[in-house]
Formats: sequence, structure tokens, C-alpha cells
Amino acid sequence: MSLIESQDTLLGIEPFIEPAHRIYPKKIDGQFRRIKWSIQFLTLGIYYLLPFVRWDRGLNAPSQAVLVDLPHRRFYFFFIEIWPQEFYYATGLLILAALVLFLMNAVAGRIWCGYMCPQTVWTDFFMTTERWIEGDSRERLNLDTAPWSFEKARKKIAKHFIWFLIAWWTGGAWVLYFADAPTLVHSLATLQAGSSEAYLWILILTFTTYVFAGVMREKLCLHACPWPRIQAALTDEYALNVTYRYDRGEPRMSLKQASALRAQNLNAGDCVDCGQCVAVCPTGVDIRKGSQLGCIQCGLCIDACDAIMAKIHRPTRLIGYDTDLNVKHRQCGIPETFKLFRPRTIIYLALILAISGFMTLNLATRGDAHVSILHDRNPLAVRLKDGGARNGYTARLSNMKNTPRKFTLEVTGAPNLHIEVIGAEKKIDGKILIEIGPDQTRETRILLAMPPESEHKGQAPITFSLTDRDSNQTIDVQDSFIWP
Amino acid sequence: MPDKKHEKSKVRIDAHSGVPTTGHEWDGIEELNTPLPRWWVWTFWLTVLWAIAYTIVYPAWPTLSGGTHGLFGWNSRNQLTQEVTQLQVTRAPIFAKLKNASLEEIEANPDLLSAARMVGAAAFANNCAACHGAGGAGSKGYANLNDDDWIWGGHLNEIRATIEHGARWETDKATHSSSMPAFGRDGLLTPDQISILADHVRTFAELPDTVAPTAEGQKLYDDNCAACHGIEGKGNTELGAPNLTDAIWLYGSDKPTIISRIKNGGGGVMPAWSEKLDEITIKALSIYVHSLGGGQ
Repeated sequence: MSLIESQDTLLGIEPFIEPAHRIYPKKIDGQFRRIKWSIQFLTLGIYYLLPFVRWDRGLNAPSQAVLVDLPHRRFYFFFIEIWPQEFYYATGLLILAALVLFLMNAVAGRIWCGYMCPQTVWTDFFMTTERWIEGDSRERLNLDTAPWSFEKARKKIAKHFIWFLIAWWTGGAWVLYFADAPTLVHSLATLQAGSSEAYLWILILTFTTYVFAGVMREKLCLHACPWPRIQAALTDEYALNVTYRYDRGEPRMSLKQASALRAQNLNAGDCVDCGQCVAVCPTGVDIRKGSQLGCIQCGLCIDACDAIMAKIHRPTRLIGYDTDLNVKHRQCGIPETFKLFRPRTIIYLALILAISGFMTLNLATRGDAHVSILHDRNPLAVRLKDGGARNGYTARLSNMKNTPRKFTLEVTGAPNLHIEVIGAEKKIDGKILIEIGPDQTRETRILLAMPPESEHKGQAPITFSLTDRDSNQTIDVQDSFIWP
Repeated sequence: MPDKKHEKSKVRIDAHSGVPTTGHEWDGIEELNTPLPRWWVWTFWLTVLWAIAYTIVYPAWPTLSGGTHGLFGWNSRNQLTQEVTQLQVTRAPIFAKLKNASLEEIEANPDLLSAARMVGAAAFANNCAACHGAGGAGSKGYANLNDDDWIWGGHLNEIRATIEHGARWETDKATHSSSMPAFGRDGLLTPDQISILADHVRTFAELPDTVAPTAEGQKLYDDNCAACHGIEGKGNTELGAPNLTDAIWLYGSDKPTIISRIKNGGGGVMPAWSEKLDEITIKALSIYVHSLGGGQ
């Protein structure tokens, strides 16, 4: 032993980066495993089947419930239709998602990671497949260390093939959100999909799913995902985490020793150091070392420990959703505290309610037509023959309804305004008529002129009013008239 | 010469990481010789292979007479041609409509109007903006296309004729060829007469600081100018003679400018764009220019 090694041993220094090792999580059944199954079933079911849900929007719109229509710049979500200029709703959704994640964290730590994160869900799906083909923990370890044989090759090929199928299906489901699903499935199946983009995206997502869920697994959570780092900064002592109740578990000893000590009324821990909590952990951590970066809070160690405790006739939940604070309280004989409502959770909840309320209100009261007016920048104003002036404007009208519509245009705010719309000759009741097709935008050029006697300095505020002929609803847009 | 055997003896396997050391030691500090991750090495060699394959598949290596053409014969010029062809195919239906429709029909159809304005705006920026300005606001000697004063006429067909044949463009027979005589330079009028005439012309538009109209001025105008600019000075778009009674002056309305115009005559020159642009582009330009200020 060299000088350095002996020094390290003396100082108890551990290497900075643990050398890579493969994890062979053991199969376990129990309450949390069942919760995981149901959430997995639900989330994967939604992901794979949602594109096929139909939603009737009438003649001029697609009938897919959830559709991102990139060529036509529309996003459909059941009864909601989002236009590009309304993309801020997506920003609102992202803010909401972040706040919900924070709230989940304040209540029960990283349950997002443990049950709902796509990385966890797909990894679990892949592990289930792996277990089905190669067997449980011990068999898989033996298979990996065994020399190559026909049996080993058969199992490996079968596993990777099924993984590939799942990954491919996942990538395939993704592109279905961007085009009419049944049509696209048919054209993909017959290799008739018009653009190579669909195939490219399927390929990319097949690759990422396969690599992330098949190969990288917990390494992605440990080294690539920012959430564990952010989560550590956002948590507090009241958040429920998967906790080893060391007040009950320590000191660890064998069942025999424990019963001997208990017979003498001496202190004995419940933990028999069987290592089952480590054996079932999908990220390979030892929960008995306390809350840590690698723990995704999936609760499988709780199931494992409960099974052992039941076998040795000791109370279950030696590991459970608990706080370190309560463990310490119990050690000191202070009553346990569970604070679900505390400033952190109340603020998150208030923000979530405020933002979702604002968004719902906004969505419910938004108009089905939109007008934007752009004043000419070059030239700002033009002198006319009679000494008057003219200003040019570009108006963009959006009809968000699925039916053609007629609008009349009026401009008010300045005296003696003469209005002309290029290409709009028709008039109704002396007002200019502008027609727009269903679910369309129309750009028109508006020219306003004023006689010389109305000349003023600077800008005169004017109002463009567009009135829907059917509903009589009016949209007003403010702009200005400038003299040269 | 360092003792090789001694150096070698220092290489050992580190107990913590299971990785060999480099054998270098500085005052007891050693360096691990951690191998690069296998995925990294594989990726590296894959990129090297990729790079070599790339130079074979695509044109890369110079030869004495040019260069390799690659396996697929790809080159950027062909790609451009293909993309332009693709664009023409995409545009074909709307361009066919623009070709067949009259200017009035285009203006009455929202889709065609929008397409023509887009094509026209691009063509205007490429060909016209140099003189008429990016927004068509013009400048001294170059007409503002946003106003309601049209030297050669502001109807759709008149605008189209002006774009097609230009003004005073010698190689085009149908160009607007009429031009104002150089009354001063060619000795048709004396400087004094020109000054009186300039004062008289300025009374038409009731410009500020004008003198009262004189009989001499009126006679000079009737004899020399009225033939083209009209007895009342209202101008004539057939001859490109501007209206002298309105508020719009192409070169300016001050007396020295008007004297200079009478003295030197002539007029602006505009190219006949039919020599350079195709029919659809000229039609689109006509629509675009007409839509700037509504034309006539």
C-alpha cells in the first residue's frame, strides 16, 4: 500500500465520482408499485391514444381533439383553438406547470420524478420488458456475466427488439399530434407519408426513447436533469419525503440479536439490514443514508421493507413518506408535526389559482376576430394636390370563426376624414364592407385623407372601428393621423 | 536519460477508482490515467469515419482541372436551380391567374390583390426603390407614388404603360418621349422673360410671396407654355406636363427652382422595365404602385 492510499484510508476519503456500475433492480409488489402501475397505465394510455380522439369542429376545421397544425399555424385542444398571436397561453401553461411542480415538491418531495416524469415512466416500461424476457435481478446479473451463448443472444436480441418497438411506437405517437392521426397512420404504414419530416422525427424520438429509457436510465436523473438540483433548493423540513425512520430502525441487528435484547428490555432496531430497500431501488440508492440526489421518491423501497417487516412480524412502514423533522421529534419524545398549510404551499396554491383563473377568464372572454393596424412608416404622411394630406395604413383582420364574415369599417376621431380601402369597392349603409373567409386573415390597405382646412400640427388620435354585420360587435383600434 | 525501469515501476492501479496512474509523481501527488469513456472514443472514431465518407460522397478534393464531384453529383448551383424550380411550381397557379386576369380584376379579388402586392413589393424594392425610395415617397425630381398627382396618369393601365415603356427611354419606341424645351439655354427666352414667367407660374397655385399676375406674364405663358401645360395650367398627362395649379411640385416651388426648370427644360428619365421584367412582375408592380396611394 502506497503512502497516498494509506492516507486516503486513514482520512476516509471517498472518490469524487463513483465508478459506473449497472443496477439490477429487483421486482417488488405492494401499494406503491400498484400506484405506479395505475399512473403508468393512465399516462402512457393518454400519450398513445389521445391523437385518435375526435372532436367535431364543423366543416372548415380539423376534427382531431388535440392537434398542432404547424402548416396552418393553429393549435387545437378540444374546444380551444389557439392562433400564433395567442401563444402566450403556452407561456401561461408553462408557468402553471412549474408552480404545480413546486407545490408537489412542497407537499411530497419529488413525487413528480417517482411517478409521472416521462423518464421514469418509460424507464419503468423498459424495465418491465427486461424483467419479462431476462428474468429478475439475479438472473439478469448472471446473464450479463455469463459468456456468450445461443440462449444469451436470443434473450438480448428479443429484449432490444421489443425495446426498439416501444421506442418506435413512442416516436410514432409523437408525430400523430402534428397531423390527422388516422390518415398519417395509414400513409406511414403504406410508406406514402408526403414529407420526410414525419419519418425523421419518428427516428429521432425512437433513438432518444431507446437511449434514455434503455441505456441511460437513472444516469439521466443524476447527471442531466436540472430538477433534482432545483428541487433541493426549493424544499423545506415539512415536505414529505421517502424516509428511513432511523429512530425505529437503528441500531441494526439480526432478528435473533434483536429478540434477545428486547427480552431484556433493551433497545433494539427494527432494521435487519436485509438490503431489500437497495435491491429494489431503480436508481440504486440506499435510502437509509437519508434524503439524497439519487432518490426519485417512487416508494418501491417502502413496499420492499413492508414485505420484510410483515414476514418478521414487526410493524410496517419502517420506511415511509415522512419528514426528518418528525424522526428527530420522535427521538426526543416531541409530538410529530405535519404542516400541509404553510406559507410555501399557500403562496404556490394562490399563484396557481390566480394564474389559472386569469387564463380561464381570458380564454372565455377573448374575441373571435382580431384587428391590427400598422401606420405606414415610409412615408408617414403625403401632401395631396389640393393641399390636404393622406396617411396609409395596413390592416390585418383575423376571422377566428369557421364561417365567412362581413365587417363594416368606420374611422372616427378627426373631422372630414375620407376613407378608401384598396380592393374593397362594396358599401353598406355608406360604410365600407370588408369580407373575410372562414378561419382566415386578410391584409388590406386603408388610405385616409383630410382636406387642407383640417390641417393641424402633430398627430391626431383616430379610431378604426370594425363592426361584425351579424353580431353587431365592434372592435376598436386606436391609431393616429399625421400631417406632413 | 531517465531510468525507464524506474519510471515504469511508478505506474500502479489506484485502489479507489481501479484506474492506473500515469506514473508521474510530484511531491506525492499522482495523476490518474483515466481512459476516455468508451462511448466518447466510439463517437470520435465515428466522426472521423463520417468526415472521410463525407469527402467521398460530396464534392471536396481539389484536382488539377477542378475537383471531385462526389458520389451523388451534388452541387450548390443545382440545388439552387431545383429550389427555384420548386418555387415556380408552387407559385404557378396564382401566377397563371395573375397573367390571365386584367388589372381591374386583380384589384377586385382579395387573393389576387394580396399576391400581386407581395410580388410587386419585392419587385419594387429591387428595381424602383433606388430612385422612388423604399416606400415610394420619391425625392426631388423623382415622383412621390403615394400622392394623387400623376404626371403620366394614375389609372392602372397608365401606370402599367409608364412601367413598361419608361419615360424618355431612347431604346423603347413607345416610351413617354415628350420633353420640355430648354427655353433659356436654347435662347428661346431671355433671362428677364424667364423671371417674369416664373413669377406668373407661381400665381397659379397661389404660392406664398407671389406677385400679382401681369399681362406680360400671361402673354409669355400663353405663347410658350399653354400648349402643353394648358391655358389654366392644369397640365396634361398625355404629354407628361405637370399640373402647375396644385400643391405638389416635383422639383420645388421656389422661384430659383422654377427659373432653372424653364431655363434648362428636359425631364426625368425612367427605364422601360419591359426590357428587364416579365409581364407578371410588371402587372404586379402596377397593382402595388396603384395601391400605395390609391392611384386615380
